[in-house]
Amino acid sequence: MKKISVGRILSQREIAPGIHDMWIGTELAREAGAGQFVGVYPRSAATLLPRPISVCETDREKGALRLVYREAGAGTREFAACRAGEEIRLLGILGNGFPLEQAEGRRVLLMGGGIGVPPILQLAKDLAGRTAGQVNILAGYRDGQLFLAEDLARYGRLYAATEDGSRGTRGNVMDALAAHSLEADVIYTCGPMPMLRAVKGYAAGAGIRAYLSLEEHMACGVGACLGCVVKTRETDSHSHVHNARICTEGPVFDAQEVEI
Amino acid sequence: MKTEVTIAGVTLKNPVMTASGTFGSGMEYSEFVDLNRLGAVVTKGVANVPWPGNPTPRVAEVYGGMLNAIGLQNPGIDVFLERDLPFLRRFDTRVIVNVCGRTVEDYLEVAERLGEAQGVDMLEINVSCPNVKEGAIAFGQKPEALYDITSRIKRTARQPIIMKLSPNVTDIAEMARAAEAAGADALSLINTITGMKIDIYKRKFALANKTGGMSGPAIKPVAVRMVYQAAHAVKIPVIGMGGIANGEDAVEFLLAGATAVSVGAMNFANPHATLEVLQGIEAYMERCGVEDVRELIGAVEE
Repeated sequence: MKKISVGRILSQREIAPGIHDMWIGTELAREAGAGQFVGVYPRSAATLLPRPISVCETDREKGALRLVYREAGAGTREFAACRAGEEIRLLGILGNGFPLEQAEGRRVLLMGGGIGVPPILQLAKDLAGRTAGQVNILAGYRDGQLFLAEDLARYGRLYAATEDGSRGTRGNVMDALAAHSLEADVIYTCGPMPMLRAVKGYAAGAGIRAYLSLEEHMACGVGACLGCVVKTRETDSHSHVHNARICTEGPVFDAQEVEI
Repeated sequence: MKTEVTIAGVTLKNPVMTASGTFGSGMEYSEFVDLNRLGAVVTKGVANVPWPGNPTPRVAEVYGGMLNAIGLQNPGIDVFLERDLPFLRRFDTRVIVNVCGRTVEDYLEVAERLGEAQGVDMLEINVSCPNVKEGAIAFGQKPEALYDITSRIKRTARQPIIMKLSPNVTDIAEMARAAEAAGADALSLINTITGMKIDIYKRKFALANKTGGMSGPAIKPVAVRMVYQAAHAVKIPVIGMGGIANGEDAVEFLLAGATAVSVGAMNFANPHATLEVLQGIEAYMERCGVEDVRELIGAVEE
């Protein structure tokens, strides 16, 4: 059920330059799953649209939702200035989330790049104990500011890649994948488009399943405006034109289903 | 307190409608809004065949509003009649179907199919979408072209037709008169204002289509002015829209001469916007001792 609700900010801190970590007390925490997202409304009247931010972690007992986001414009700049105790308007919970059942009894590889790392955390938590062996996690960063690395390492074996080579493998997550000769039956990933294309290509070549969490500029977030679409192999269920709505049919898609 | 208004013989329980393209066919927002409480639902544009729309990015926020270049992605009339219309008919609200096309024949085909359908109260003809290369706005920027397409659709349509006008014209009154002379039953305006946004760090256009239609609160004064000008140029009813966020905004359009109003981009900022606009109109009427909402239509003091 999607709805508008008001959450209360429990804590907020900058965990890397321009990367913010916000815990929100909200009833949405109980239904939010890995790979789903919320629309967060800035208060400024100069802004109009909810900002889509993925679920990083949930504490279902405490009713707390963790969002880790990059300051990218007027809206996220406003969020970054919010302090504990303030209220924040949320639209959610949105999107389909990662298909956890596909990991059952399989060797699983999770890959996050940049601001695509946060949704991997809740996914790693939810997959604990369901997979064949330990989950391998590849996390790619620009530099040595490995945000969320300690959290991720609690739920799987973490391999980092940094563009500047300051930590882990120099390069991107694909370089780290090759460097460590990791094998998997299924990959779950979130990150920038070039990375998702590389993962899709790799998975196709290796003959394994991959699930990609896509990002696109959104307006409504609920499937009405058709702003955030991705080309699909089959006709989509809404418009019957090979253009699925990322906010509604996604954001997570089987790599074989999307043309990116 | 009376909130009913009548457009081309069709009575709406109140003057609040949805603006085409911002509310799908009602399904998505029915989780947030009781559609029974709306005066009418205006659907997203429906063409004769499915349209894929434009490449992404299709939307971008701007100060006080947004740009879109969706390009009228829609499933076409077949899916609309099978899936979307039966859904809408479950509600006690008027159904206005927005019709789009690349050629006059496309529009006529959709109008004909809708003429055979049960439960379609009016057609809104989109001759003002700025985001598709052929059709749409090509018919809405010259009075002669608008006259021609309006008269041809009027001959085919079984339901009253509302011509949706573009603000991207030199003289809105002239366009309004052309549509009226050709037999339009009502007018709706404004569609979005053509705009552009550039990402200065990437040195790229924010939209793949380069230009997009601007909507949202920032365009409201332009819309109020154009509704005023159009309403004073014609005798047929005018439906006003453009940046309406609350009841006070809606009353402004009514005073300018609109018989009804549509809520568009603000649905994205607040999925409850339509009902809040309705409640706001009622609160204004209460506060100002207005018994019948029709007293407000065109009631600005000259």
